Amino acid sequence: MTAGIEIVAACKTYPAVRALDDVDFRAEPGEVHALLGENGAGKSTLIKIMTGAAQADSGELRLDGRILRLTSPADARAAGIGAVYQEVNLVPTLTVTQNLTLGRQPRKFGLVDWRSARDIARKRLSRLGLDIEVERPLGAFPIAVQQLVAIARALEDDTRVLVLDEPTASLDASETARLLDIVRDLRAQGLAIIFISHFLDQVYQIADRLTVLRNGRRVGVGTPAEIPLAKLVPLMLGRELIAVERRNPAQASAAAGEPVLLVEGLGKSRVMAPFDLALRPGEAVGLAGLLGAGRTESAKLVFGAIRADSGAIRIGGEKLDRPTPRASLARGVAFCPEDRKAEGIFAELSLRENIVIALQSKRGWFAALSRAESQRLADEMIAALGIATPDAEKPVGELSGGNQQKAVLARALVSNPRLLILDEPTRGIDVGAHAEIVALIRRLTGEGLAILVASSELEELIAVSHRVAVLRDRRFVGELEGEAIDAQSVIAMIAAP
Amino acid sequence: MRSFAPPSPLAAPRKRAAPRLLWPALALGLILVVDGIISPHFFSIRIVEGRLFGNLIDIVYRATPIAMVALGMAVVIGTKGIDLSVGSIIAIAGATLDWRIHSGDPHAVALLAALGVGLACGLWNGLLVAVLEIQPIIATLILMVSGRGIGLMINLIYGANPSFESALLQGLSTGHVGWIPTRILVGLGLGLALWGLTRLTAFGLFLEAVGANPRAAQLAGVEARGIKLAAYLVCGFMAASAGVILTADTHTSDPVSVGLYIELDAILAVVIGGGSLNGGRVYLAGAVLGAVVIQALTTSILTSGLPPEYNLVVKAAVVLVVLLLQSAKVRTAAVGVFRKGRR
Repeated sequence: MTAGIEIVAACKTYPAVRALDDVDFRAEPGEVHALLGENGAGKSTLIKIMTGAAQADSGELRLDGRILRLTSPADARAAGIGAVYQEVNLVPTLTVTQNLTLGRQPRKFGLVDWRSARDIARKRLSRLGLDIEVERPLGAFPIAVQQLVAIARALEDDTRVLVLDEPTASLDASETARLLDIVRDLRAQGLAIIFISHFLDQVYQIADRLTVLRNGRRVGVGTPAEIPLAKLVPLMLGRELIAVERRNPAQASAAAGEPVLLVEGLGKSRVMAPFDLALRPGEAVGLAGLLGAGRTESAKLVFGAIRADSGAIRIGGEKLDRPTPRASLARGVAFCPEDRKAEGIFAELSLRENIVIALQSKRGWFAALSRAESQRLADEMIAALGIATPDAEKPVGELSGGNQQKAVLARALVSNPRLLILDEPTRGIDVGAHAEIVALIRRLTGEGLAILVASSELEELIAVSHRVAVLRDRRFVGELEGEAIDAQSVIAMIAAP
Repeated sequence: MRSFAPPSPLAAPRKRAAPRLLWPALALGLILVVDGIISPHFFSIRIVEGRLFGNLIDIVYRATPIAMVALGMAVVIGTKGIDLSVGSIIAIAGATLDWRIHSGDPHAVALLAALGVGLACGLWNGLLVAVLEIQPIIATLILMVSGRGIGLMINLIYGANPSFESALLQGLSTGHVGWIPTRILVGLGLGLALWGLTRLTAFGLFLEAVGANPRAAQLAGVEARGIKLAAYLVCGFMAASAGVILTADTHTSDPVSVGLYIELDAILAVVIGGGSLNGGRVYLAGAVLGAVVIQALTTSILTSGLPPEYNLVVKAAVVLVVLLLQSAKVRTAAVGVFRKGRR
């Protein structure tokens, strides 16, 4: 018999995606087991299976040797598996007591027995060494305390396994240290703790063992000593490194002249350490780094979508007093966001309207594009990017993901930019469209556009970039140029101590 | 070349524009058919005292102020907002009109003052919603609650007699140009102007972008704050216009009851016309049609001989049916039942 939680040969297929392919996983009592992988590696699916939110197509889930069949999160709780997710799933307007006892309040004569509820709440918190006023609304406490209350809620007396999904994402250094102390404490109490974080330094501080997933497969398991950072990063990133067609080195020399973009000391505390960046016309610069390294944040800071608290942005030599997306657009910068559903598309509006909106906002209220003109621009873009749609009047929400992505890209291109910022331009796109977009980026730089690409796909960055800036833990740690850009060097730079 | 997916029979292209106006038009048709059965003379239109008379004209005539308010409401709802204060703006505009006339202003100036006060009310709502980012329902509730009181206070300025006579204003409200009632022409003119404002400039696109996805709008450089502010200004102006028509109709400022519950009719009109409270789309023609449906219903109940006490309940029932017809969920369920029945 094996103690602890164990998953054997789990497979899970979603439509079009093999999320888990024959994955084994085991966490023992009294150990902190880190689960690592980039986006789409299968971490979330594995966690969902352990917490009853999803069921594996095949394979077994065992707790202390017993086979578990979980059909809901409630089943998982009853079996002794608790989970705390990144977004705190508590009600900020309710008191700490109410949050901790919600759904299972002690009752007396059919009414809630608040006196014992308070006692229960205090007892739960004391297990984490937390002594706070339990009658105050949860929202009155700092995020760090809320995070601890969420852990307290997940911890029943008989909890054997605790899943912590990015527990430190919104905490500062001292709050993180405190949380890690509590995790060590729980480990000493004999819990099996599954720890997920993109902060690799924290992983190495606390984890007893690591399991690394990539593309739905387990690619590594071992102690931190067996898998040091230099070995971990290639495991997470390095698929079978296909030889990528190098771009024509002659193009690199095209990137001369006055910079389109000059960024000096741009940063925001807690978000991104200050960085410098320059882009010349016809130059493509890649932002490489692991999940959470700060790729998206850097791109948004440059575009003005995140308000910086230090540094300066110059576009075409002109310094922006107050960078905003609007100001950037007016000066010829366009941005394609990573999260197209939340920040990219207007689902109810037609493809045509989605394509012309940025150009229209640049032109202002009164210089309205005529129907014919916007129709022509939309049709051009539909043809140029190969957007599959019956016509330009179809609501974008009814198109496929890849076509929505192309619509967002079309919007940026129609605004006639000199600097294009792309955040994960090929996320959720099929292989054919992927190659089209890579070819398009090359063609655009050939035409003199400056492009800043943030991407988790190393091959993509290598294929398109003249220079690659490497990010780690929300700071720029190095830069590679021209011939020096290859996967090994980027990985080595990410993993460098 | 890439191949397109074969068109599915359920999702034929070009299915949007037609059904949006189809359902309210169908509802209107149904109401009129029932009217025709109950009273055979319902559709007769004749000319009395040089203007058109008849039930159909009466419906449009009475629907005009509701339609004006609904047009402004459609704009605000397009930004995912709402304006509960339109009834109060009508009261304030009416009181202002009366006050300026009593203080001796030329009546055209009094009219402009009333419309200006409507814009000021819209500015207030817009500042609360767009600048202070208060939830629209709460922000406009403030003026909704206080507005009729403000109207009564304005009435106090010039004493107890809130009646007035004005050839200009009564002409706008109850007069006629040729055979056609003036207010219908005024309403049409304002509707066309608003259509021009939203569709001949980029205002309409920006409104819908802000309503559909505020974060994406910000990244596309759309200045949401100004757009929302303008939407509430438009709504305030349209409500004040309706206030002028309604107040001139009775030649009396009656802040307590003028345009009472008109905000509910206006919101209903927008929704019947195919607008969604989730924002993202502005359908002006739909809102006007919705207002006509609501008025047709009211008129029909009154002419049908049903006791007026039934009015609100029957109205609610018909509105419920129209909304059910529009609900995608109900429609797919109905189609499912229909298919099962045929098997």
